[in-house]
Amino acid sequence: MGIIKTDKLVFEYIRRDEEGNVEGITRAVDEVDLDVKQGDFIAILGHNGSGKSTLAKHINAILYPTEGTVWVDGMDTQDESKLWNIRQEAGMVFQNPDNQIIGQVVEEDVGFGPENMGVPTKEIWERVEESLKAVGMYEYRKHSPNKLSGGQKQRVSIAGVIAMHPKCIVLDEPTAMLDPNGRKEVIRAVRALNDVEGITVILITHYMEEIIHADMVYVMDKGHVAMEGTPREIFSRVEELKDLRLDVPQVTLLAYELQQSGMDLPDGILTIKELTEALAAKYKGI
Amino acid sequence: MSLILDHVNYIYGGDTALAVHALKDVNLVIPDGQFIGLIGHTGSGKSTLVQHLNGLIKPTSGSIYYNGEDIHAEDYDKKKLRSKVGLVFQYPEHQLFEIDVFKDVCFGPKNLGLSKQETELRAYAALKQVGIEDQYFYQSPFDLSGGQKRRVAIAGVLAMKPEILILDEPTAGLDPKGRDEILDQIAQLKEETGITVILVSHSMEDVAKYVERIIVMNRGSVLYDDAPREVFQHYQELEQVGLAAPQVTYIMQALAARGIPVRTDVTTIEEARQEICSCSKFLRN
Repeated sequence: MGIIKTDKLVFEYIRRDEEGNVEGITRAVDEVDLDVKQGDFIAILGHNGSGKSTLAKHINAILYPTEGTVWVDGMDTQDESKLWNIRQEAGMVFQNPDNQIIGQVVEEDVGFGPENMGVPTKEIWERVEESLKAVGMYEYRKHSPNKLSGGQKQRVSIAGVIAMHPKCIVLDEPTAMLDPNGRKEVIRAVRALNDVEGITVILITHYMEEIIHADMVYVMDKGHVAMEGTPREIFSRVEELKDLRLDVPQVTLLAYELQQSGMDLPDGILTIKELTEALAAKYKGI
Repeated sequence: MSLILDHVNYIYGGDTALAVHALKDVNLVIPDGQFIGLIGHTGSGKSTLVQHLNGLIKPTSGSIYYNGEDIHAEDYDKKKLRSKVGLVFQYPEHQLFEIDVFKDVCFGPKNLGLSKQETELRAYAALKQVGIEDQYFYQSPFDLSGGQKRRVAIAGVLAMKPEILILDEPTAGLDPKGRDEILDQIAQLKEETGITVILVSHSMEDVAKYVERIIVMNRGSVLYDDAPREVFQHYQELEQVGLAAPQVTYIMQALAARGIPVRTDVTTIEEARQEICSCSKFLRN
């Protein structure tokens, strides 16, 4: 069993009108089977309302399944006695950095998690230091979080999660509110956590170019997994993705458009380098 | 008929130790009917700038003229200005409050003192302009999807019949199709009505695809003010101020660096496709 496993996960919620009468039932997650290996970088795509965030909230037991089971490192999330272990092992980062920062000073904010876990003071400081270094924010440790840019705040939020020494971190659109530089900083920090620290990453995003390095991509639609595969496999299916209200990275789209214009290029080009190489090989002048 | 910013300066907390010079000598002319992109990193002064445009913030020094009149003159009618310069804030759906979609959109024109009939006609037209179907008119705005809510909120501003529409990151948090839908509708609206649109965005790809002029803010000053093609030529300078060019511009730069003679001032996929296809030295197969 992998670090995160779901078996026929179903989540339904009851819609009520203003008087509290039942209006109907919405199935937000519909029989999802996931099996994430320790150390993997997983991406989840899907349009607004496809069930991505609802699925993500099951991974650290914010929501519980209506049917089916979720295991985090072998622990069933419905086992109340394991709740704190689960939340410590699977950390979560949300979209808006301003909603996740509570400390007056960066290092204090990052220390909040381990402090609440009862970690000895000396070790808290060690963890704060290593976490801030891991996201490249150590030199800001004495700053006020209010004065940081969006990308910096979001990296502080991530440091706050990794100070709890999770095995897995779930990021729900961490870059949606950031400028291009902020997006780059956050994605770089997340990739480093995965590569260097071996932390399992589950990244939910609407920016296609952020996930070209993922090990596995799941595309959600109407609560179920509509497509799964490596980024190259997924991004080769341009029309299907468009039907699911999604997109492909610009470089992939350009390669696809060139194919449509009759140029013979390989499917699923993901990087500028790949496209340049493919076109250079066709260029007679060289 | 235009909006002019003349030597505008703005300082937050001017008489304290924490004074921040948020706008530094900004001079801009915004003529009728342009589609303008306003870009800049977080904290570069974009939002402070747009709040000056409809008089929500008064400059510390300098003047703003709308149709030749100083908007901070004593006898100037600010209420009228705010109906003419419509500002859609970030996450505007957080401002929805009425019991149904139609009433929410009526709120603005009703407060302009218009008749019931005129108010309702405007609300209807505005909802149509953003592509909300009749079936949603009498639903609670809170039951709609994220993209629909945002369009209802934009309709609320359109119902005021603004001559200038300013949108602060209208696509943040939407899925790719949702982004395209909103921006396509805004572009269509601009075509049909000739309204001036100012789009504040963190997406260089979107800005490149839609606008005819880009204003780049950096540390409170205007760094570039030009056509997208010209602005994105400075991609290295843009990176230094926390921005970037669209990915397709980098692709063309990379091809040129490999010795393939393509133009590098390309900013959209379609342009790139044409440019590469017309480069006749490529083998077709």
